[in-house]
Amino acid sequence: MQTFTYSRARSINELRAVQAATGDRILAGGTTLYDLMKLRIETPDRLVDVTGIAGLDEIISHPDELVFGALVTMSDAAAHPAVLQRAPVLAEALSKAASQQLRNMATLGGNLLQRTRCAYFRNGTEYPCNKRTPGSGCAALEGLDRGHALFGGSGSCIAVYPGDWAVALVALDAVVDVRGSRGTHTIDVASLHRLPGDTPHVETVLEPDEMILNIRVPVGRLAQASTYHKIRDRESYAFALVSAAVALELEEGFVRQARIALGGVATRPWRVPAAEAGLTGRRLDRATALEVGRMTFADARPGRHNGFKIALGAEAVADALMIAAQRSENR
Amino acid sequence: MSEQDPSPRDRSNDLAISRRDALRISAAATGASLAGFGKTMAAAQPMPVALPGMSLTVHFQVNGNHIETLVDPRASLLDVLREQLALTGAKKGCDHGQCGACTVHVDGRRVASCLTLAAKVEGRQVLTIEGLSLEDGSLHPMQQAFIDHDALQCGYCTPGQIMAAVACVQEGHASSDAEIREYMSGNICRCGAYVGIVAAIRDAAVTMGGD
Repeated sequence: MQTFTYSRARSINELRAVQAATGDRILAGGTTLYDLMKLRIETPDRLVDVTGIAGLDEIISHPDELVFGALVTMSDAAAHPAVLQRAPVLAEALSKAASQQLRNMATLGGNLLQRTRCAYFRNGTEYPCNKRTPGSGCAALEGLDRGHALFGGSGSCIAVYPGDWAVALVALDAVVDVRGSRGTHTIDVASLHRLPGDTPHVETVLEPDEMILNIRVPVGRLAQASTYHKIRDRESYAFALVSAAVALELEEGFVRQARIALGGVATRPWRVPAAEAGLTGRRLDRATALEVGRMTFADARPGRHNGFKIALGAEAVADALMIAAQRSENR
Repeated sequence: MSEQDPSPRDRSNDLAISRRDALRISAAATGASLAGFGKTMAAAQPMPVALPGMSLTVHFQVNGNHIETLVDPRASLLDVLREQLALTGAKKGCDHGQCGACTVHVDGRRVASCLTLAAKVEGRQVLTIEGLSLEDGSLHPMQQAFIDHDALQCGYCTPGQIMAAVACVQEGHASSDAEIREYMSGNICRCGAYVGIVAAIRDAAVTMGGD
């Protein structure tokens, strides 16, 4: 591993000063960055550790909104009573990700910025990868693409965004408050991640000196009747083959509002407005749920080895809708 | 052997030299005055704790013993425990946070020590398998339960399994076999001793609950 300068910021002002002077990369829990440094995929010259910054490790439950500090750990958020009760899709997305060891380390802000698990990206220079080495090509396009995207891919990259938390956030129209040299501003989580296009190495709209401070999630009836349904190769501690973040507002069995977002199958967290619209106004039963599940994958573009996710994903969405409907009734 | 004092080899001489170097080099690099070092910095920008190629001093507790040691900024907590403090209980399996063999507790929470930068444990309390046994030298109930239930074959993953298992119980995640399996999924056992491991945790959870 390449050596680096290591600093600790104890406040946002200190972080701002470091960023302005030397442009250090931000290090939070380290579960992605340190991992990729060991693989020599990330090679930062300077790291500034932000985990000592005070005031970013709280969860606040307002009447209409949950506010998560960016340095809250995944495990703390997953176990928080207000999160479990008011937005189960968020708690489930977190508790079904990684292992408890990693959830104790990884932060909610860092989690959003985790990088793909594409084996061609992670396994180094033996394979071309436009994300790792821009312009070198994409080994996955003609390769083993079982884990690659059915949505949002380009001729440059079909790597899947691997996270769960961002998928749940997108389903609930969450936003992040970001601080950098451009000042403080707010970004929809849905616009945080970029499509790969011709520049798959540029993964988010954040500037290098910008840090996520808070994640804010509107919560109401919709968030309460929600679930994160994640299908994996093994039952626990695996990335999603396909996952569905679903939230419902039902009125006497009829769907007033629906949210459907997919994980494990797209190059970024993937909302499916057409399927949401297709469900609105209808009475929800298993047959309708499966029809909408199939609708969710109508625009899928499978490769050579990942076509099975269309049928699997339709069932996952259908199951998620039925779980969310159950929660709506029990509310 | 498990009660071995984890104090590092005497490094006081290295420390003195290195601190001077650290002072000189970081002051030069940032243009800050030496007088400001060690006090609350008035300047907004924190001085680097370590520059490339230099070590940094980290103070933390391991199994109740105070440790002050020099570490490479790249070093993982796992490497410092094993290579500098001779605490070889925590194992290097994958070195990427995927297998759980390196599990230790930091401030009472289980973490993957291979993905924890040693620099990040400044001021924290680390507990390893070597510090788990009771004060009278007897085994922790979880260690005894692993023996009683034959919860291992080769034993390589066992220190990580036991540290994760103790945390699993302390977190309140051992109320059923299904919950134990879910919350122990970060610890891989290639010998496949999972049946014994779950039984040991179920058993030790009862004993530990009496604490």
